[in-house]
Amino acid sequence: MNSEPNQAAASLAALRAENRTRMYARAFWGLMVRDAHVLKREFVPFLSRTLMQPLLFVFVFAYLFPKIGQGFGGAAAAGAATAAGRATFATILLPGLMAVAIILQGIAAVALPLAVEFGGTREIEDRVMAPLPVAAVAFEKIVFSSFQSIIAASVVFPLAYYIPAQPVAVHINNWPLLIVIVILSSLTAGALGLTIGTAVKPQQIGLVFSMILVPLTFLGCVYYPWASLSVVRWLQVGVLLNPLVYISEGLRTCLTPNLPHLPTWGILLALVISGSILTLVGMRGFLRRVIS
Amino acid sequence: MSVAIHIERLVKVFGGTHEVRAVDHIDLQVPQGEIFGLLGPNGAGKTTTVGVCTTRVLPTDGRVLVHGVDVVSDPPRARKSIGVVTQHNTLDRACTAWDNIYFHCRYFGMPHTVARARADELLTQFRLGERARSLPGQLSGGMVQRLQLARALAHRPRVLFLDEPTAGLDPQSRLALWELVAGMRQSGVTVLLTTHYMEEADRLCDRVAIIDHGKILVCGPPAELKRGLGAQTVLALQLDPPSQELATTLRQLPGVTQVEVTATGLRLFASSRDGLIPRVAEAAQSYNLRDIAITEPTLETVFISLTGRELRE
Repeated sequence: MNSEPNQAAASLAALRAENRTRMYARAFWGLMVRDAHVLKREFVPFLSRTLMQPLLFVFVFAYLFPKIGQGFGGAAAAGAATAAGRATFATILLPGLMAVAIILQGIAAVALPLAVEFGGTREIEDRVMAPLPVAAVAFEKIVFSSFQSIIAASVVFPLAYYIPAQPVAVHINNWPLLIVIVILSSLTAGALGLTIGTAVKPQQIGLVFSMILVPLTFLGCVYYPWASLSVVRWLQVGVLLNPLVYISEGLRTCLTPNLPHLPTWGILLALVISGSILTLVGMRGFLRRVIS
Repeated sequence: MSVAIHIERLVKVFGGTHEVRAVDHIDLQVPQGEIFGLLGPNGAGKTTTVGVCTTRVLPTDGRVLVHGVDVVSDPPRARKSIGVVTQHNTLDRACTAWDNIYFHCRYFGMPHTVARARADELLTQFRLGERARSLPGQLSGGMVQRLQLARALAHRPRVLFLDEPTAGLDPQSRLALWELVAGMRQSGVTVLLTTHYMEEADRLCDRVAIIDHGKILVCGPPAELKRGLGAQTVLALQLDPPSQELATTLRQLPGVTQVEVTATGLRLFASSRDGLIPRVAEAAQSYNLRDIAITEPTLETVFISLTGRELRE
């Protein structure tokens, strides 16, 4: 007797849930379309900020220095060489520069605009008023920034591959793993951007580069494989706190597997853990900033 | 008629080093289609009340329903039926005027073609068609507010919240915005606006709640609130110095309902004007009378008679 109204109530609830999911999905998609529109309009500045640093880096250290005969990177290359045969500094550098490009997008695409919006313009308020949970607005930032990271990594690859004077040894044996690592890395970078963007005041923006980005990259196994740090053991352990290490090493695993690198399972686990923690912290920061 | 906004025992306390009770037990019901005003000085709790109604501020206690949807337990669904214009420019700086409306529509689930048509329609309606491709930074203050209003209406909300919509606007832009808000009466949209301009509340609102220190002091149609003073005329006397003794004397005059001492003199409320001014002038002669100003009672005088302070103090 009772089952009919119960069924009706259940189907009504199911319908509501479906409508709600559709409402959220559409709003989320709307946010993505907006970000894509803005990126399209600002594609040239986006490309130049993405390309300039790796372009000059590769040109000076992997093209000019070998031509001049200066031995920069020789020790690292030699260290790697003992473990992996003939690896050039350019080979070490390729995954590293892609990792930097990925992390830099997280900061440039999420942290900087957010800090400005929270600090002064408050223009985020309209997006916060969209009909979806506020945490989803924050998550959209991470997702969209990860697309930018993927584009950035893709445009840095040919630079780091073709410009160096020395041969670059790239072997991609496991495409699915490469895709997984790139996606996880990009999401982690976006989450890091969200955490930074919601934590710093706009007047501290300058410090983000000097106090966060510079130490992250210099101690992020970008210019040397993690294994070669064994000569300075405390540093080798210490840098494991740096999420960029797993991005660099992850790309090294996939692109230059002949170089020594961290175990794959460890990289995946660390990326998932650091990505999740940064996402949670970033979302909490975002909620704190928009809801009082 | 259904209730559009239902506010029940609303309390908001901001923590921190100095605890601030911004909203202190507010109860309010706004029926659908009404233009309702929250009138009060800066810091009275108007913006916080609107903040709770629009899901951006979490209440300490009490609850708010917008068309039956609890704004705390289901913010996304509540946001579906509300539009917001804040006193700040929250336009998307990276997007043109047209884009601002178009993307707002997309957030609310409209497909591309519908959103495009809506953006065109609203820009024309709000006389911004020629500025469709301008960035927010290139628009004047009045245009910015018109665009924010157009954007707030883009998803056809049933309730519109306007938080100090004309603050900082020049008189001409203010009048233009008033016209637009008054025009909403036809569309059946419920409007809750906050303001500290008594003229704005008087001209636009069906009902007004006067709010101070987080509490509602009175609530009703503007005409009723003014009648409630029991005064038809308000005299402001400039004296040097203000005199308590004269206030006592004036209270004895026929028709005088209330006399207050202010910073610059006295304020006198009277039920009738007949023969009042000569009598007041005569009584005040020996008290250094500098000036007498006669006004009709306004919502400002209602506020003054309730709190003893001026709205813009």
